[in-house]
Amino acid sequence: MSQVVKTRGPGARPPAAAPAAPRTPAARTARRTAVLHWIAVHALGVAAALFFVLPFVFVLLTSLMSGQQALTRDLVPDTWEWHNYVRVFETPGFLTWWRNTLLYAGLGTVLTVVSSVPVAYALARFRFRGSRLALMLVISMMMLPPQVVVIPMYLFWAKQLDLSGSLWPLIIPMAFGDAFSIFLLRQFLLTIPSEYLDAARVDGCGELRTLVRVVLPMAKPGIAAVALFQFFAAWNDYFGPQIYASENPAAWTLSYGLESFKGAHHTDWNLTMAATVLVMAPVILVFFFAQKAFVEGVTLTGVKG
Amino acid sequence: MAAPTLRSKRRRSALRTAAFLSPWLIGFGVFFAYPMVSTVYFSFMRYDGFQPPSFNGLANWTYVFRDYPMFWPALRNTLWLVVVMTACRVVFGLGVGLLITKIKTGAGVFRTLFYLPYLAPPVAATLAFVFLLNPGTGPVNSVLEGLGVPAPAWFTDAAWSKPALTMLAVWGVGDLMVIFMAALLDVPKEQYEAAELDGASALQRFRFVTLPNIAPIVMFAVVTGIIQAMQYYTQPLVAGKVASGVIGGSGQSFEPGYPDKSTLTLPQLVYNLGFQRFDYGAACATALVLFALAMAFTALLMRRRGGLVQAGD
Repeated sequence: MSQVVKTRGPGARPPAAAPAAPRTPAARTARRTAVLHWIAVHALGVAAALFFVLPFVFVLLTSLMSGQQALTRDLVPDTWEWHNYVRVFETPGFLTWWRNTLLYAGLGTVLTVVSSVPVAYALARFRFRGSRLALMLVISMMMLPPQVVVIPMYLFWAKQLDLSGSLWPLIIPMAFGDAFSIFLLRQFLLTIPSEYLDAARVDGCGELRTLVRVVLPMAKPGIAAVALFQFFAAWNDYFGPQIYASENPAAWTLSYGLESFKGAHHTDWNLTMAATVLVMAPVILVFFFAQKAFVEGVTLTGVKG
Repeated sequence: MAAPTLRSKRRRSALRTAAFLSPWLIGFGVFFAYPMVSTVYFSFMRYDGFQPPSFNGLANWTYVFRDYPMFWPALRNTLWLVVVMTACRVVFGLGVGLLITKIKTGAGVFRTLFYLPYLAPPVAATLAFVFLLNPGTGPVNSVLEGLGVPAPAWFTDAAWSKPALTMLAVWGVGDLMVIFMAALLDVPKEQYEAAELDGASALQRFRFVTLPNIAPIVMFAVVTGIIQAMQYYTQPLVAGKVASGVIGGSGQSFEPGYPDKSTLTLPQLVYNLGFQRFDYGAACATALVLFALAMAFTALLMRRRGGLVQAGD
């Protein structure tokens, strides 16, 4: 991120149009234009920031109101009800949803990375007949709406393996490569200069050793991006748990349970907003710790190529 | 003597390739090829999950296209979202991307703030927006009425539910912002300087320097936006459920599309037909319509010059 945009230090002045002291009227006009430009841009920036941030602020403020006040038009809590968050955690099932979500997101992410890296490496580096076709198929799988194949998949997991009512139908497939992760990793691996790989080969490394010793350490940013995306995708997934876990509340995830939380507390907007904050917060925390990898990943899927 | 070694070398490299690809080869077969074939098969079958499937010709297809009351509203809504939501996201994403490249003071803070909503989990973000846009007591309408602007009923009015969803999608425009920002910074500075020397106005510089340079990225954003809009599922479903006040978790009885089928989208039909009406045949027929649309746009994406698929080394 920081290499992409060169930010000036805090308190940087608007650029002066003329390096010399603005003695001439023309230079003064230019300088005034630059100042006005700076003000206009930053005013727009503040307006946009309000649009992006205010929803979070209102949600947070409502989550701290009393139940009655949350039903009024007030924007700021009269009394700050921090206890609301305790009550959310005390809701039956909430901790189970947390545990299930962590299992789905955590185990799923590990499986995805382990199974996708070798595939991506082969697609990026090996020359073989059908490699282009394989890549096309990966992209097709990536673009496939999950609803297209859900009927046979559900019948497969529910009727043949009797695994509905759990998250396993969502976790197990991740051990067999995820199309989006394969694609993103491939794009990343292409950016590693092939001289490194040739050098490893000259030193007598086999492909597997080259992958583990040379490629993996260099691919850390790409792997981090894939892991983050996969973690967030599982965290945010609603359709998957709806299909496979809805019949069994003990298998619900946060994203799925949150909606039912609203159903069960349908007039308690304060509690619902507190639960909403608790579902959003971990994602945003993870983002702050891994901002660079994440933004690199977003850029990689679109721009490189 | 040379031939056998060459052949064994080839065989070894083929084996090696297969070994590296093996997780995906299995995944492709079990989670893509098999269910695709199976979906086509069931689309010509009568099947409710209890009675064994039986062939019923084109009955599922005629049912979906002619008699299923949700198909055409869903297709219309999906097309509405494909056009309006995609256009709004691309224009807004480009605008915010441009803005962030012009901001000199505190750019890092602005960038993070603009990006955050993209991370909000869809169910949580949708719940938040249904609350914020709640016509009775929501803060947005309180502000609008304070300003004397007539406030719409948003998620509870069929005419305003899709604009409200579009606003939610525009709020999470951070992904496009980052992509546009990177593209804008890649435009060669010399071209701007040359245009300025020629006396081009700011608008002309945007039109004749910026746009041609970032055209491939705009195209990418449009096509991926279309694909995302076609898959739009969680937000409209949750918005409809929450705004209608459905109580209870699994909501099996909930008829999607509230209010008045206005938030119905194509992917929701597969759920409605398959898991609420237990008509797997018609659900598979609908799934194939969705598949055809998704693949048509994916083909467009892959044909783009210098596109998504980068040639190997």
